Amino acid sequence: MNGKSEVSEFFSKLYSENIVRIEEGSTPFLNSFRKEAFEKFNLLGVPTKKMESYKYTNLETWFRHDYQSYFIPDESHFQKAEDFRCDVTDLDAHGIVLMNGFYPTLNGKLRELPGGIIIGSLNEAARKYPHILEKHYGKYAKNDSDGLIHLNTAMVSDGVFIYVPGGAAPGKPVQVVNLVDSDQDTFNQHRNLIIVGENARCSVIICDHTLSPRRFLTNAVSEIYAGENSSFDLIRVQNEHNNACKITHTFIHQERNSHATSSIITLHGGLVRNNTYHRMDGEGAECNSYGLFLADKWQHVDNFVNVDHASPNCHSNQLFKGVLDDVSTGAFNGRIYVAPDAQGTIAYQKNNNILLTDEARMDTKPQLEIYADDVKCSHGATVGQLDNNALFYMQSRGIDKRQALLMLMFGFAHEVIQNIKVEALQERLDGLVMQRLKGELSQCASCLVKCG
Amino acid sequence: MLSIKKLEAGINGKMILKGISLEVKAGEIHAIMGPNGSGKSTLAAVLAGRDVVEIRGGSVTYLGKDLLQMAPEDRSKEGIFLGFQYPIEIPGVSMVNFMKTAVNEHRKHKGLGPLSASDFLKLMREKKELVEIDSKLANRSVNEGFSGGEKKKNEIFQMAMLEPRLAILDETDSGLDIDALRIVANGVNRLKRPDNSAIVITHYQRLLDYIVPDVVHVLYDGRIVKTAGKELALELEEKGYDWIKKEVDNQN
Repeated sequence: MNGKSEVSEFFSKLYSENIVRIEEGSTPFLNSFRKEAFEKFNLLGVPTKKMESYKYTNLETWFRHDYQSYFIPDESHFQKAEDFRCDVTDLDAHGIVLMNGFYPTLNGKLRELPGGIIIGSLNEAARKYPHILEKHYGKYAKNDSDGLIHLNTAMVSDGVFIYVPGGAAPGKPVQVVNLVDSDQDTFNQHRNLIIVGENARCSVIICDHTLSPRRFLTNAVSEIYAGENSSFDLIRVQNEHNNACKITHTFIHQERNSHATSSIITLHGGLVRNNTYHRMDGEGAECNSYGLFLADKWQHVDNFVNVDHASPNCHSNQLFKGVLDDVSTGAFNGRIYVAPDAQGTIAYQKNNNILLTDEARMDTKPQLEIYADDVKCSHGATVGQLDNNALFYMQSRGIDKRQALLMLMFGFAHEVIQNIKVEALQERLDGLVMQRLKGELSQCASCLVKCG
Repeated sequence: MLSIKKLEAGINGKMILKGISLEVKAGEIHAIMGPNGSGKSTLAAVLAGRDVVEIRGGSVTYLGKDLLQMAPEDRSKEGIFLGFQYPIEIPGVSMVNFMKTAVNEHRKHKGLGPLSASDFLKLMREKKELVEIDSKLANRSVNEGFSGGEKKKNEIFQMAMLEPRLAILDETDSGLDIDALRIVANGVNRLKRPDNSAIVITHYQRLLDYIVPDVVHVLYDGRIVKTAGKELALELEEKGYDWIKKEVDNQN
């Protein structure tokens, strides 16, 4: 089939060579999805720029690359990760480390907290709690046009599992640190499943990092279920090196009167594509989708957001911002879908971008599909430079131009950061953004993790 | 303190200031009045260093230095303050952070270390009282969502924080009700010292009821066409600008 055949062939080979090992290490439940998913992937292939939703992002060079390994761990990897000590300063959280997409401990792969809360490895949860997974796994990650979701389902082995039963709350956020580390160019995948029951609350922080300077490709899928009256926050901080490609697919399924917020802060990364799907499946649900990226050199950051108002009287709000320097490029695609009977919908979308050079480029595309009549909907997008009047105003108070530019960019970025409810994290992110804007943030030198 | 000689300047190729000369000595308050479009705001912009204004000729000397060669931030640190006719909103930059940065830049210029957090807040509190500005405004983004009056009070507040040697107030009175006008004028008067000066640009005489000038200039068509004592302002209030326009036009 057209241009994708070569890439598909590579993955067919990868699949056939590895499927036995993958299935051996996995559970019958997860294995039961693989065959069909791979067939679907074979049909769809890796998304190309010919697809409307991938128009601005060229994945081909990343998928064409001959990765020396598809990561399936053995015990030595687990040992290495056990030696890794995650020391997060001033952030009080339940910590989880994922190494190349795996829950890297030999023992204690699942933690049970008071209130019936379970945190740990998805693979282990599939073994121990199949009845919980059966209700949710594969139920929300539905986009039949994106082959990468099926590739994930076909070959994924592990990821994070968080279960917060009705009425419970973990008390502090769960922090997932995704580390990618290998001495070979590596393709890896992981799958997260987060279930927040009725009246339950949960905040999850996901930090994406690369530890070694090889070429990496990560394809991650997260499924999140937010039950009736529940409250869920997801904060994703991305800080990977320029040789890394990160593709995330996050599906947030919301029931009646639930609140869900997703914030994606992309500090650094070679190519980043975040797909965020919000589906409000019950009346009175509310969702916020925030994003901020800072790109320079040849980096490319693409946020694709889909907000599905499937039920009446739901509110949604999107705010995405980008600062682009050098020859970096970015894209934003924000779709709002309002179902025929979703009356009383309120949906907002805002996308603002600053280009710091003439060579940087940003493509932004709102997409509104409204089939109900009682709907309040607005969208706005800007691509521009910093405000010269504001710059002069600051200079006229004695602030030199460089510092004034920095403060303006920081102020621009802070509008997204200020929505993050975990206070210690908000301060930390403000600091990281400032460092990044000053050009002081190199990968590893700084992040939420002190992996010294 | 400030010596402007035969200043000519324009915007987008259009000449606006057509040879202005003006001397401001330490301790003096000069009022610049004139009809709309006479060049008052352009003069203020030149003095503050706005780069959209092209200088075509003449010179400006401030404390013995060539002002036109200085960057806007250096002019500020040397003691020039421009109160904006239309203060700018800066989303995402808090008043506290803005002022702290500005004050510390000024201190650095004087060879002083940065203020401690508590000293800074104390200074803010003191100066806020001077202009009767709402405490909550300090925690908001610069001028964002401020009313017209609040924005103008905020200009005087910043002036109080930076203690300039030469304050240029560009139509600070426009859009103010009488109470706000009194507060703003009061702030300016309380900041007055024998060694600092002010240029008050205004369209109306009423501000000069509160801030009493030593000298009043009338700017018309890019030139200073009349200079006199404070009684000139009253005369203008009574008779308007037409008689001056006629006088000038007859001379030409």
